[in-house]
Amino acid sequence: MTAAVLNRQDVGVTPRLAGMKVTQWRVIKSEWTKFRSLRSSVITLLVAVLLTIGLGALISGVVAAHWADAKPDERASFHALDTSLSGIGIAQLAIGVLGVLLLSGEYSTGMIRSSLTAVPRRLAVLWAKISVFAGVVGIVSIASAFGAFFLGQSLLSSKHISVSITSPDALRMVFGAGVYMVLVGIIGMALGGLLRNTAAGISSLVAMFFVIPPVLGLLPSSIADRVGPYLPSNAGQAFWTHATGTHLSALAGFAVLCAWAAAAVAAAALRMKRADA
Amino acid sequence: MIEVTGLTKKYGDKTAVNNLTFTVQPGIVTGFLGPNGAGKSTTMRMIAGLDAPTSGSVLVNGRPYRNAKAPMAELGTLLEAKAVHTSRSAFNHLLALAQTNGVPKSRVTDVIDLVGLGEVAKKRTGGFSLGMGQRLGIASALLGDPQTIILDEPINGLDPEGILWVRNLLKGLAAEGRTVFVSSHLMSEMSQTAQHLVVIGRGELIADVDEAAFVAMASTNVVLVRTPQATELRDLLIGPDVSVSSPEAGLLEVHGLNAEQIGDVAFEHHLRLHGLAVQEASLEEAFMEMTRDTVEFHAQTTEENAGRHQVGAGEVR
Repeated sequence: MTAAVLNRQDVGVTPRLAGMKVTQWRVIKSEWTKFRSLRSSVITLLVAVLLTIGLGALISGVVAAHWADAKPDERASFHALDTSLSGIGIAQLAIGVLGVLLLSGEYSTGMIRSSLTAVPRRLAVLWAKISVFAGVVGIVSIASAFGAFFLGQSLLSSKHISVSITSPDALRMVFGAGVYMVLVGIIGMALGGLLRNTAAGISSLVAMFFVIPPVLGLLPSSIADRVGPYLPSNAGQAFWTHATGTHLSALAGFAVLCAWAAAAVAAAALRMKRADA
Repeated sequence: MIEVTGLTKKYGDKTAVNNLTFTVQPGIVTGFLGPNGAGKSTTMRMIAGLDAPTSGSVLVNGRPYRNAKAPMAELGTLLEAKAVHTSRSAFNHLLALAQTNGVPKSRVTDVIDLVGLGEVAKKRTGGFSLGMGQRLGIASALLGDPQTIILDEPINGLDPEGILWVRNLLKGLAAEGRTVFVSSHLMSEMSQTAQHLVVIGRGELIADVDEAAFVAMASTNVVLVRTPQATELRDLLIGPDVSVSSPEAGLLEVHGLNAEQIGDVAFEHHLRLHGLAVQEASLEEAFMEMTRDTVEFHAQTTEENAGRHQVGAGEVR
């Protein structure tokens, strides 16, 4: 062994392979490789697209076919935009589950220990995961929300009950529906990282979005009306539907949902940074 | 180089690693030995920054691993065979890891070929055998061409050919001036690979010595003497620090004298020797001897051995 070899070991080493260094951008590239190389994530994303567009079209088509028989109160509460986007109520579950899986899957398989050994400044991994997820799911879910809107409206237009994308709030709501799904997915990812377990993560997500809201509705309205609008699902509906269950403005609803996502991510980040992997 | 100082890890009331201090030097293969449950994996996870020590510190190449700018150039790890997402192919698994540190893509195919996984690189790792999983783990450890390498039980699940390959690989890496730290609960494996040994039991350091010194420290060498005049010779040899037993007629087992001394005594008294052989304790026996009291889960049958003392225990930490 030469002296040069020995000296190199004093503090840190010069990489034998040129240009080696961890950067946030490189970790993002790595997370993109991870995302695209799992068939399950690609399939789950396709399921979400199918539910958003397919279910929206199905319901729009059925409503249009039965419009002649609709009762006056049904006609009064009808919103063409909400009808065409009704698939998102279910599609959000697929996106949320995808979010959970992206982190809980790493813990359940042991992959996380490879990931965090390669990138010991751990939060870079979390930020990269969120970035890739937000980018990919954002593009896909905003595009499919627009797809659902235009397909739904074309089906409803036969009865002259469709709305145009230029009608008041339409653009914001369709765009907001896509953003809503991204935020649900980020909350799912945070739950996956916080609980490190797929089943627990999905259960909590379902409880948060599908169980707690209807249960709250059973409580006296004095309580339900005060708390209800601040639940993540209801806060979301304030900016992407005409739902009447909330008194929050679109902007306030968006802020509340972002606060939920930020709190969940902060908790997940704290656990990832502090706890043993 | 790996410098472990006063390293302690507690899980609630249970102490997994207790005040370990040792240094792993570059240029040689250092074996990390201990019975199952001794704290080897926990120690290695702390070296890699996955688990935070309750107290104490670990430096990899002179600094905490978490501060490394190019972590994969500093430290390559195989901590468990399948720290891999089972639905991803071996190639994509390694590519994703390589990308974080800016390791070129060509290096990914190089390490895949090096470990002999070329034909299955595009297959899901979930279908890999334990041996293939180990090879993949070794590939990921080598990905960044690291200065320091830690491998936890790398030969588990490998066939004899694979074991030989790992042995030569580790020696080769050490010869290039790298620090190589390999854990095993199998002494026999380490005796053929490691030049230095760190032995722990129940989370505590038992020995930090050269391989040869370890055997000498932990064992009393026995000299077997075959002679038709066993009784006469025995009477001549026996003394304060010398014990002699006779397992069969014409055969003596002498503790406390070396072969030269016994041969000289026999020569001086004109006694015939038909055989004079030193029986060195193997590394395996030395290991068993030293860790006997520290094995976490004793089988019932070892109860009778509990009274046996640790030979040379005074010299061992």
